Amino acid sequence: MTVTDTNAQRFSPLHQAHIDAGASFTDFAGWQMPVRYSSDLAEHHAVRTAAGLFDLSHMAEIRVSGPDAGAYLDYALAGQLSAITLLQAKYSLLLAENGGIIDDVVVYRTAESEFLVVANAGNRFAAVDALQQRAARFDVTVTDESDDTALIAVQGPAALAILAQTAGFGASADLRTLRYYRAVTGTFAGIDLPEVPVFIARTGYTGEDGFELYLPNANAAALWDALLAAGTDAGLVPAGLASRDTLRLEAGMPLYGHELTRNTFPAQAGLGRVVNLAKDTDFIGRAASEEGPSAEAPVLVGLISTGKRAGRADYRIFRSLDATEPEGIITSGALSPTLGYPIAMAYVPAPLARLGTEVYVDVRGTRIPATVTSLPFYKRQK
Amino acid sequence: MADKSELKYTSEHEWVLVDGSVATVGITAYAAEKLGDVVFVELPEVGSAVASGTVVGEIESTKSVGELFAPVNGTVTATNAAVVDSPELVNSDPFGEGWLIKVEFTELPALLSFAEYTALTGE
Repeated sequence: MTVTDTNAQRFSPLHQAHIDAGASFTDFAGWQMPVRYSSDLAEHHAVRTAAGLFDLSHMAEIRVSGPDAGAYLDYALAGQLSAITLLQAKYSLLLAENGGIIDDVVVYRTAESEFLVVANAGNRFAAVDALQQRAARFDVTVTDESDDTALIAVQGPAALAILAQTAGFGASADLRTLRYYRAVTGTFAGIDLPEVPVFIARTGYTGEDGFELYLPNANAAALWDALLAAGTDAGLVPAGLASRDTLRLEAGMPLYGHELTRNTFPAQAGLGRVVNLAKDTDFIGRAASEEGPSAEAPVLVGLISTGKRAGRADYRIFRSLDATEPEGIITSGALSPTLGYPIAMAYVPAPLARLGTEVYVDVRGTRIPATVTSLPFYKRQK
Repeated sequence: MADKSELKYTSEHEWVLVDGSVATVGITAYAAEKLGDVVFVELPEVGSAVASGTVVGEIESTKSVGELFAPVNGTVTATNAAVVDSPELVNSDPFGEGWLIKVEFTELPALLSFAEYTALTGE
């Protein structure tokens, strides 16, 4: 299956708003999404210091409902989702039988017997297929709601204040006391539009405080405009996928297709804690996870360098200046806009993974020294 | 800032300002826009010999890496130190303050006119 064919040239319900804002577009899993509006760096800094507005409508929303929903997700995913409370969120993994990662997801409990699974756009069909196959012996319904659902994220220290000032937008509980990885229901009534429910989650992919807002496609553009109107004075700017990538990299968050693949065991990516081997029921990928990756399997580390030349995805890592065989590979890398020096995530064999180990990155023929460091590279002050 | 219609261009999205036997070289606004915010520029040494079509430098943005190709055979007579210190000049003024190198040449190869270049980019 090629996702690009199935998905050829999809457009977000906010596409016209992006054109009007002068966005440059990039193909992302078949979707034409904003890569930047004016400047990647300005958008990145805005999220760190004020707020950024992201269109994530390409992401996949999969509803799981029915009496067995909790037990089913415990079987279908690596975590114990039946244990999360109403309106709690949990990061989880959809594993293959061999223990590899089909997708990483965020799961919300939206009712006693209903959950929302949010999957990556590029893995939408793989995730839906796997979730539907795994539902066979459970009393649940798995519904792909992606085509009807828009997702807007407001990320940054000003996010909370901006939501409080957004016309027509309301939450059913005080957002100031909403904890991270918790959600509430809300509503939005755009001008000349009927009031619709909005699912409001205090989650994100930037390393900042922020919210992710799920609502019907038809109302997304009005909410986008209302958020911008409310937030412009506070420094809110629309932010594209380029800044989203550097923000999540600084925050040490994995990106499917880079740090996570079907050939990656969660333990290699530092996600062993996400695979709940303590739960007393079987789940897909359990046997392989119990066995775990081989001792020689590379593990994910952070790398930092001095200077300005950044290692990037697929660049090779050597243990010395004159070593002839590469021993590791970068999965994501950039000159960190916040920190001012090159950062990267990379897979290296265990002997090179100790904190402080000096390695070399082959940057287009030049070996640049780098130091193994802990993740994340950036942590916000709370 | 140079008059864009008077400049020569390459299919690698570079502009060339010819003044006597010296070519001033930069990347076009189209290339700068495609790269995104430029954060690092590496230029050849002054005095080094360069061959047309070969890579002589790099222009890195947060998202990608662009290569600087020599548009002519010759010798580098100057590089723009300001752009090494402030790579954002490539974005803010690609046809002016964001120039990259000057190359002294003896023979000018066939380059694209402004009309030919804009036909190439479709802009």
